Amino acid sequence: MLARQYVLVAVMGGGLFLSGCGSQPEPLYQWEAYQPQVYEYLKGHPGQVEEQILVLEEGLQKINAGTKTPPPGYHAQLGLLYSLKGNGDQMIQEFQAEKQLYPESVVFMDFLIQNAKK
Amino acid sequence: MRFFTSLKLLVLLLAPVLVTGCAARKDYDYTAFRQHQPRSILVLPPQNNSPDVAASINMLSQATYPLAEAGYYVIPVALVSETLRQNGVMTEGDAHSLPLDKLEKIFGANAVLYITVTQSGTSYVVVDSATVVAANAKLVDLKTGETLWAGEARASSSENKNNTGGLLGMMVSALISQMLTDEDSASHTMAGVTSYRLLSAGQPGGLLYGPRSPKFGTD
Repeated sequence: MLARQYVLVAVMGGGLFLSGCGSQPEPLYQWEAYQPQVYEYLKGHPGQVEEQILVLEEGLQKINAGTKTPPPGYHAQLGLLYSLKGNGDQMIQEFQAEKQLYPESVVFMDFLIQNAKK
Repeated sequence: MRFFTSLKLLVLLLAPVLVTGCAARKDYDYTAFRQHQPRSILVLPPQNNSPDVAASINMLSQATYPLAEAGYYVIPVALVSETLRQNGVMTEGDAHSLPLDKLEKIFGANAVLYITVTQSGTSYVVVDSATVVAANAKLVDLKTGETLWAGEARASSSENKNNTGGLLGMMVSALISQMLTDEDSASHTMAGVTSYRLLSAGQPGGLLYGPRSPKFGTD
């Protein structure tokens, strides 16, 4: 009887041990290619800006079709890419979108928008 | 009887796992962290103490995922890099020595994360090779300059896939199986694993969950 209880505890414990801290949580955000595109940007190939915009815009369409939001920085990264193309209106639009989604970004986004207007 | 004894031993071995559960925290003192609980984190371009020239951007480009999923707003990393560069801050070392009030004023973050890559590269041992990335990080409150948290992590491509239990293990195995043979992508992949281990919340001695996580306040 006692042995059976031990078996039960051991099995339960084993399960916990294997699964670590419970099941893998559902991600908070729909990431698409945000990090790989940041990496591409940081590698510094100015000729690929167009392509990076395309990838992020496609990702954004997928995100908008679902229920999740883009991660912190997604809109801001698009804004950066549009600024490199000299597309000021779209840059500001993306920075505003970042602000709306993440009020934590207001100071930095406003700094960038102010700088662009100078 | 022997079977019974070994079961008893197994239970004893597993008991600490059951008791301490997930929220186990070494002996880490989170007093300052809780006192100045940040909402947003500024990740400065990592210092690179390794000979691998790509080590800094490998780490920076993969720092957002664990921090954002932990519940923090991460100041957009590429824009931070670009802004620093345009303001004459050309090296990671220069970035890491900028005054806190200036960082707060421009980026509006609550805390700044200083990452240092201590190791990045591939070494060849007879027939096999191993790519290792190691890094440490320090989270500092931008208002008071207090250190809220510090930690370190490493990842190696030669880790035994069957030996790393739990969530991180699963994630690592998935990453490793996708790994390309190319040396640069190996370093990039290992930087991703290191970043995940270093900056994920909900692990012993790790960062606490931030306000945007449903688990905020549970640890």
